[in-house]
Amino acid sequence: MLEIKDLKAKTGDTEILKGLSLSVKAGEVHAIMGPNGSGKSTLAQVVAGRDDYEVTGGSVTLNGTDLLDLEPEERSREGVFLGFQYPVEIPGVNNAYLLKAAVNARRAHAGEEEIDAYEFLKLAREKMALLDMDPKFLNRGVNEGFSGGEKKRNEILQMAMLEPKLAILDETDSGLDIDALKAVAEGVNALRSPDRAIVLVTHYQRLLDYVEPDHVHVLSEGRIVRSGDKTLAHELEARGYEWVREAVNA
Amino acid sequence: MSTESKEIESLVNRRYEHGFVTDIATESLPPGLDEDVIRAISARKNEPEFMLEWRLKAYRQWLEMTEPEWAHVHYPKIDYDAISYYAAPKSDSDRPKSLDEVDPKLLETYDKLGIPLHERARLAGVAVDAVFDSVSVATTFKDKLSEAGVIFCSFSEAVENHPDLVKKYLGTVVPQRDNFFAALNSAVFSDGSFVYIPKGVRCPMELSTYFRINAANTGQFERTLIIADEGSYVSYLEGCTAPMRDENQLHAAVVELVALDNAEIKYSTVQNWYPGDEEGRGGIYNFVTKRGDCRGANSKISWTQVETGSAITWKYPSCILRGDNSVGEFYSVAVANNLQQADTGTKMIHIGRNTRSTIVSKGISAGRAQNAYRGLVRIMPQAEGARNHTQCDSLLIGKECGAHTFPYMEIKHPSAKVEHEATTSKISADQLFYCRQRGISEEDAVNMIVNGFCKEVFNELPMEFAVEAQALLNVSLEGAVG
Repeated sequence: MLEIKDLKAKTGDTEILKGLSLSVKAGEVHAIMGPNGSGKSTLAQVVAGRDDYEVTGGSVTLNGTDLLDLEPEERSREGVFLGFQYPVEIPGVNNAYLLKAAVNARRAHAGEEEIDAYEFLKLAREKMALLDMDPKFLNRGVNEGFSGGEKKRNEILQMAMLEPKLAILDETDSGLDIDALKAVAEGVNALRSPDRAIVLVTHYQRLLDYVEPDHVHVLSEGRIVRSGDKTLAHELEARGYEWVREAVNA
Repeated sequence: MSTESKEIESLVNRRYEHGFVTDIATESLPPGLDEDVIRAISARKNEPEFMLEWRLKAYRQWLEMTEPEWAHVHYPKIDYDAISYYAAPKSDSDRPKSLDEVDPKLLETYDKLGIPLHERARLAGVAVDAVFDSVSVATTFKDKLSEAGVIFCSFSEAVENHPDLVKKYLGTVVPQRDNFFAALNSAVFSDGSFVYIPKGVRCPMELSTYFRINAANTGQFERTLIIADEGSYVSYLEGCTAPMRDENQLHAAVVELVALDNAEIKYSTVQNWYPGDEEGRGGIYNFVTKRGDCRGANSKISWTQVETGSAITWKYPSCILRGDNSVGEFYSVAVANNLQQADTGTKMIHIGRNTRSTIVSKGISAGRAQNAYRGLVRIMPQAEGARNHTQCDSLLIGKECGAHTFPYMEIKHPSAKVEHEATTSKISADQLFYCRQRGISEEDAVNMIVNGFCKEVFNELPMEFAVEAQALLNVSLEGAVG
């Protein structure tokens, strides 16, 4: 589904991704781990189309469609979802309004009719119950005054509503207490499906106790330096990132 | 339906056929201003002596005054001798003959705003015989109003048919000498609207200049007077969401509102005059004096404005809270894009006891525009228990624009409670990327954020107006992020 080949990207004069390759098939869950500054978040942002980064080489395709050619909103409509590490507040804009606009943008792209208000509300309530969210959330400003946990749940809610082909969750587990972490993990697990790919970007293996990955990759200095199954995450947890670095440099 | 078919046609309506309208079309005065010009204006309008004296007094005061320079706006000096103070509307041969001859950009805007086709021609100033079927609309409308005893007519008609009311209230809120532009307006005002709501009457509909057939060409020196007698209520809508093609650069209007005991006036404006092009060429200078007098106890005046047009806006709709327990409100959205300059805000003058005022101002700057909020809250020594809450928010779009806030407070009673909150925010790259990642285009994202920012003010507008204002805002800010 997602094919990244020899991807190179820089911000300013700093090269961050230095030839990264990754292949994710439909139905799979991949975890990307790595120390701070290894390029994890950059990878997520580049795939989503953030223009702070300049792609200097390589390719990114989703089911054969060249993503690098598309604007961020077009990538989204093609089925790319990014769960943000720091979801931004948009005061005054109703959560439900943004959510509905997003659902309709995707529907329009697929040639479907707009969702009607009743159907939308029903769907949103259903998903919110799953995430243990208060329906009042819909009427608040987007992330406005939300706690860290509420923001992350909101990201998962959006993902659940948009039903993306590819979901990249950037440090979704950071700053969550155990209850929120469980709720978020449950939301992610509910979305696992044979026609969807999920990429979890994470620093710790904690989330992986609840969302079991099919593949684990370790990122260091802009490249994937090691790939394996879920046992790799445990090994990392036990031996620390220093171990990977040494192994690479050895 | 022809006007003749109605037997009980009021004198008012007949004047549309044979009155001054025809005169205007035939004769203009040469540019320049002196007492003879004012006499000529007054004579042409068949005004009673008191009106002429009033104009002359204003003119003499204007001569002594100088143009204000304190506002945060810049423009070349206006040559008042180059203006024709009694201009005939452009003759049909000078006007565009069809929509094909109108600036395509203007038409594009009409399209985006969803202006009906028959309206577009009128707004663009196309010479067409029967512009649209407003006569029958207006007639039904007038019947309903006269049943309720409401007077709603042009200012000229009011001078002729209701001289006592005009004499009693004209200039009592904005005196002739109030300021330079108000004095000029008082001397030469062309026409405008007049509203009187009798005691205890709740005006059965929202009054809008749209329904006054003759309103389209009231010209650059418009004058409006609204009187709400004891216990009455009126909601008045001014303006048009579609950009108006206009030949006059300087607009100096005066609006006076009077609310007597237990009366309420709600005045909503959507102003969308031509702002000039991207380089700041052309565009209207909108120098307006708007003031409401809460003269009676428990009276209330509420201003709501959405200002997106004009090259320069200089405007401070104000409330004088004279009656005990009277309430003044000001809700404003002011948008400045490209090279537009806006200096707008309000004045709340608390005189009566337990008077309350609320100010909510939302300023949006984009392009290279400058947007200033200027507000005065004055609590007089006798205004025991006065309260004010001011909220003043600025939103910046892009790097080259500016927002400025000039709040003035003069508190002369120790019991006063005055609160001022101000914020400045920017539409951030993070917000835009967030929305776009969710599949929403950049333009839609900007609109969504801007509308969210203005929601408090839009909520104060009559429903239909609010929808239009929202569409208008979107059009005004098109291409603001680029």
